[in-house]
Amino acid sequence: MPGKLKVKIVAGRHLPVMDRASDLTDAFVEVKFGNMTFKTDVYHKSLNPQWNSEWFKFEVDDEDLQDEPLQITVLDHDTYSANDAIGKVYIDIDPLLYSEAATVISGWFPIYDTIHGIRGEINVVVKVDLFNDLNRFRQSSCGVKFFCTTSIPKCYRAVIIHGFVEELVVNEDPEYQWIDRIRTPRASNEARQRLISLMSGELQRKIGLKVLEMRGNAVVGYLQCFDLEGESGLVVRAIGTACTLDKLSSTAAFLPACNSPSKEMKEIPFNEDPNPNTHSSGPSTPLKNQTYSFSPSKSYSRQSSSSDTDLSLTPKTGMGSGSAGKEGGPFKALLRQQTQSALEQREFPFFTLTAFPPGFLVHVGGVVSARSVKLLDRIHNPAFVGIMGNTRSYKLLDWNSFNSDEPETRDAWWAEIRQEIKSHAKALGCHAVVGYSESTSICEEVCILSASGTAAVLNPRFLQDGTVEGCLEQRLSWQPGFFSIGSEKGEVDFFPQSQDSSSLLGQEENLPAGCGFCHIPYDELNMPFPAHLTYCYSCRKQKVPDVLFTTIDLPTDATVIGKGCLIQARLCRLKKKAQAEANATAISNLLPFMEYEVHTQLMNKLKLKGMNALFGLRIQITVGENMLMGLASATGVYLTALPTPGGIQIAGKTPNDGSYEQHISHMQKKINDTIAKNKELYEINPPEIPEEIIGSPIPEPRQRSRLLRSQSESSDEVIELDLSHGKKDAFVLEIDDTDAMEDVHSLLTDVPPPSGFYSCNTEIMPGINNWTSEIQMFTSVRVSRLSNINLTNQTLNKNFNDLCENLLKSLYFKLRSMIPCCLCHVNFTVSLPEDELIQVTVTAVAITFDKHQAVQTTKTHVEKSLQRASTDNEELLQFPLELCTDSLGPHPFSPAKEHLESASSNSGIPAAQRATSIDYSSFADRCNSWIELIKLKAQTIRRGSIKTTVSVEKASPLTEGHFRQRSAPACANSTVGVVKMTPLSFIPGAKITKYLGIINMFFIRETTSLREEGGVSGFLHAFIAEVFAMVRAHVAALGGNAVVSYIMKQCVFMENPNKNQAQCLINVSGDAVIFVRESELEIMSTQQPIASCQPACGGGEIAT
Amino acid sequence: MTNELDIFVGNTTLIDEDVYRLWLDGYSVSDAVGLRVRSGILEQTGATAGVLQSDTMDHYRTFHMLERLLHTPPKLLHQLVFQIPPSRQALLIERYYAFDEAFVREVLGKKLSKGTKKDLDDISTKTGVTLKSCRRQFDNFKRVFKVVEEMRGSLAGNIQQHFLLSDRLARDYAAVVFFANNRFETGKKKLQYLTFGDLAFCAELMIQNWTPGAVDSQVDDMDVDLDKEFLQDLKELKVLVADKDLLDLHKSLVCTALRGKLSVFPEMEANFKNLSRGLVNIASKLTHTKDVRDLFVDLVEKAPGPLGSLHGHAAQLPPAHVPRLRPRSPDARPACPLLGPAAKGGGGRGIPGQPRSSPPRSARSPGPGARTSRPQPPSAPGRLPPGPGSGPSCPVEWGGGGTGSRAGQGNPAPRGRS
Repeated sequence: MPGKLKVKIVAGRHLPVMDRASDLTDAFVEVKFGNMTFKTDVYHKSLNPQWNSEWFKFEVDDEDLQDEPLQITVLDHDTYSANDAIGKVYIDIDPLLYSEAATVISGWFPIYDTIHGIRGEINVVVKVDLFNDLNRFRQSSCGVKFFCTTSIPKCYRAVIIHGFVEELVVNEDPEYQWIDRIRTPRASNEARQRLISLMSGELQRKIGLKVLEMRGNAVVGYLQCFDLEGESGLVVRAIGTACTLDKLSSTAAFLPACNSPSKEMKEIPFNEDPNPNTHSSGPSTPLKNQTYSFSPSKSYSRQSSSSDTDLSLTPKTGMGSGSAGKEGGPFKALLRQQTQSALEQREFPFFTLTAFPPGFLVHVGGVVSARSVKLLDRIHNPAFVGIMGNTRSYKLLDWNSFNSDEPETRDAWWAEIRQEIKSHAKALGCHAVVGYSESTSICEEVCILSASGTAAVLNPRFLQDGTVEGCLEQRLSWQPGFFSIGSEKGEVDFFPQSQDSSSLLGQEENLPAGCGFCHIPYDELNMPFPAHLTYCYSCRKQKVPDVLFTTIDLPTDATVIGKGCLIQARLCRLKKKAQAEANATAISNLLPFMEYEVHTQLMNKLKLKGMNALFGLRIQITVGENMLMGLASATGVYLTALPTPGGIQIAGKTPNDGSYEQHISHMQKKINDTIAKNKELYEINPPEIPEEIIGSPIPEPRQRSRLLRSQSESSDEVIELDLSHGKKDAFVLEIDDTDAMEDVHSLLTDVPPPSGFYSCNTEIMPGINNWTSEIQMFTSVRVSRLSNINLTNQTLNKNFNDLCENLLKSLYFKLRSMIPCCLCHVNFTVSLPEDELIQVTVTAVAITFDKHQAVQTTKTHVEKSLQRASTDNEELLQFPLELCTDSLGPHPFSPAKEHLESASSNSGIPAAQRATSIDYSSFADRCNSWIELIKLKAQTIRRGSIKTTVSVEKASPLTEGHFRQRSAPACANSTVGVVKMTPLSFIPGAKITKYLGIINMFFIRETTSLREEGGVSGFLHAFIAEVFAMVRAHVAALGGNAVVSYIMKQCVFMENPNKNQAQCLINVSGDAVIFVRESELEIMSTQQPIASCQPACGGGEIAT
Repeated sequence: MTNELDIFVGNTTLIDEDVYRLWLDGYSVSDAVGLRVRSGILEQTGATAGVLQSDTMDHYRTFHMLERLLHTPPKLLHQLVFQIPPSRQALLIERYYAFDEAFVREVLGKKLSKGTKKDLDDISTKTGVTLKSCRRQFDNFKRVFKVVEEMRGSLAGNIQQHFLLSDRLARDYAAVVFFANNRFETGKKKLQYLTFGDLAFCAELMIQNWTPGAVDSQVDDMDVDLDKEFLQDLKELKVLVADKDLLDLHKSLVCTALRGKLSVFPEMEANFKNLSRGLVNIASKLTHTKDVRDLFVDLVEKAPGPLGSLHGHAAQLPPAHVPRLRPRSPDARPACPLLGPAAKGGGGRGIPGQPRSSPPRSARSPGPGARTSRPQPPSAPGRLPPGPGSGPSCPVEWGGGGTGSRAGQGNPAPRGRS
């Protein structure tokens, strides 16, 4: 009985009138968790009842705590007939299960009814007492933190990034059970909501178990999706990146409210050791041996971390790179060994992260993607369906008991695709895939599974070893030039941002580093696809491709010229209506062509913008009854390291025709003008480099489009194609028929956003870094009906293009009051709900920025970021040190020698490092020397700060107190606290001080009076507003004031205007956080330097 | 290709003030789009008509959803569905409850019933206010009326509390409610020259002085109904006309009080008897509901009738200046200091800035003032302070003694009673 859930129902307000006679309501509340139900008294004749109930206590397994939602039903008491339900509140109590998140959920929740929407609010208080569970074989995974954020969350430091975790759960969809024919829509919707809630809880628990198995303590970039497969069931699947995170101590003085059971006992042996003071006095301590006897990766994570748990004492399995056997062995050998094996032994070396700690990413190969068309099988086991009628028996229907073959099938499908991705990456000379995501598109019984990511070479230290700095504030470090600041200050050594020798050299030459990731990871002589390589424009040492496509955010250290912009490729293809296999075949045949065209469009548009790299590329292929749609969104930028893109040349087929010729030249001129205009608009003015013809609209004959996928294997389902246009010159557009003409026209029809507006689909806009605090997150949905007559690919394309363009224009118009602003994280989703309907959903955030600063040059940017970073900078720098202190244990050198070397290291990078080659096997060497280096640095710096230790320890709780006091009233001020929502992982002008837990909510709304509710628009508008409201209410109840990494993963809308009905399903998720405005933090800035020393010197003590 | 569905939902609800105004004014989406196009917004922003259409639709939908909440403004503050900054919330409410001068003059004093609602299309044609807007304004009146009708406490205060209106708008609504409840006839042609501001000013003073609330702040309907007892007492005023001695006394008291403070003093003095008689006649009939309703008409038609040239102007006499003829001076007395500033405030409310509406102010001075109302306005406020002093002199003069009699309760009351 490891947990006690306590619930108190305080009051209700704004309840609907349930009794027409009195215009009042006799409300009472049912509180249900698992199979237990409690009821409050009936509060007669009031729309604002004050129940003020006792504490309802549920004693439950922590497994149930994770799976089950708390279900609160508000009813109207009726003496004679059945009680009428007013509505429900589902509360996910997961945030209460890990120690650092919320300790109590308390606040007003909207009472939600799937038919009527929000009907009043209810005030609830929920608490959880977790008891220690020492059972090693438990099925729960309480304590594992989940983050939607696809980067290392602020105020955490990544100790180890373990890697890919995935899981899926299958069940039958209540909507498709026979019982659905006789039950009310409300009952059916509620059954579905509850089931999905249950399934996602279960999924999260299972993923958590996997994470614990990998000895991680958190999942970052957690992405959970639903596949509504109709009659064949309901699949809930999730992917994420397992990490071991350390809370940054400056904000870590929390009281663990519900410690994960195993925590206390395991922490004891470590808490004494990592005291840095002891370490600093001598290089050899007992810790060294002790640590090694377990695993080298563990030792670094222990110190000052009260959160990462469960990992240390158990011998390594699975992930273990045989390090246990290495104890006492030479450090160097160990590292090398780790390096080689770190990724290879992983089944899927995938990472759902899109932004990384500096130094994590070594090289980027390019986008890898795989798609597979599958036929969904028919329903099975009809014999069991009867049980589904009882909503309480969902647990029984867990796939373990019935559909056990199901998840295996789905698992196998995904495994196949992942395998494909992995082999693509390998073909690109990369051992990992970053920015990885999976998606599906389902139409009837055909399902397209897609996966995509960016092949990359990673720095293995992050994957296994503890000596990693993941703590850097991403937002700050994104600012270009941040690292050059570092190097100027001589502090660069703490940031292993230059991963290979060339960039190290680049640094030495005082050039901005950060071209390293552009360098090709594959063998020049044995390229996986034809590509044009040049020497890197930054360092001139390594080869780079002419164009780079990636699915990740712009790396923090990348240098760009000018601003970025949103680039979209849109495409429609008609398809014959067909059944089952024939349909699947038809789709499979169309897919390669679609991919090819999408790619060509992207490439052309990129050239037209005068840019040379795409980030955040997301290609979505949607399948409908009679068409396929492709929508690719990405953010184009001009990377300094890559060559200047050539222009676009138009060639006609019949060169002898005079007027035709003229037309062509006219077009050519138009295109050239557009390129010039775009360059001006996005401030792309690369420095002149003599040996290259800059800005020439005529492409070099050698230049080719790059294929960013591999040729490795091909199969029926997975599309393999060569997008490199064979021998043809990629940027000569041949106008040989009307189609081609259309294409060129469509290129030119894309209107740039009005002045003062920028847009991108990455976290932040490259080239803008002076954000002001105003943000506006929004969702916009459009459904268009295609006229049925004469649908051709061209008209379809045009319609689709217009739809998207108009939507963007509308957004610009609506948000005009925020100018100058940037639409960030613009996320388009296309679906084809019916034959002639196209639904486009956009979620994005508009962020204002300071125009005056924005137009300043890069150099001033650097200065700006320096100023902005200054306070945090100090803080940042300390955390790596903390690690270094730890790594001192095994350090072989004597302090004297260290000191000596440290002096020299200040002036530059050790020669050994410079000399190392790019080849992987040498990584270990470099890692080794690097580690030595930072150890030296740590040593020197720590010596300097020892004296401050005592004062620091006193200061730290004080500062923490400040945080609390300042943030609390901010929320309580107005009647309804403002909750910000953003799809980004940060809030401009503010600092996230605490993560409260994941928000993952699923809602269904249905109406049988569509016209009365304002038609489809009115219905969906109200529903989305309500969803926002419910998300905000949950965040506020957790004590938060913002949701970051918010995403609307699903918005399935179905209508039947003839029956006056409509239904919509929405799934949203995000991370609830507390943020503090930077202006509010300013007062503390004087204390900051002292406070920031604390983690380095006093971390150990704080944790005790 | 047509957009079947087109929505935009922001985490913070976007509110376009211009569109809100168009919506409140009752324009249809297409009319609103047309008006916006004419405003030149397309050129400014480079948007297309389609974008404008979609934007307008979207805002209209939002407003439509907000309307339910605007009916009970406190709900707007506590609701969770729309995240709106407080300043915007205030703007939404204030604008929603604002009304058109032309419309309110049509409805003022009418019963806020379904019957009246049916006449709204006539009013709409007459005033040029769209029917939709008329409906909203009418419903606002009715809603406010229903809520505060039977409430204790200050009328304007209640309105402010329950509808979160600005002080000024709340006082206007108080006037509307007061007129509607007492059904004062204001629609007659003769009364057309009176603005809502004039009447609201009268209403305010009547509320302060003629209702049960003026004497007891804890009764039901305190500010809404006229005090029956008080109206009864007014009958006693007849003595001022019937008894020659009293008439003379009254005249001398009034004249003493007003001498030198009234530009039309000679006229007033000369016509005092007629003036007094007219007013007393009206006052004594106020026990009949019918006569109460016709109060303003009577004031215009009858009271100054004998005064000849005063006709048509004297109705501006604010009934508020009739003091409470109460023996319970402690109750009434507070009304004096209250009235002073209130009257000033009332008089000052918009009127000084609008020369056009000076007549009502002149009304503060009795009939004589009305006769040559032009020079009056400036002197009006000035006359207020002496009021108490002159009180004893003309306690029972209705209208004519207005200013002076306020403090005169001590003296006149016994007389009135006797």
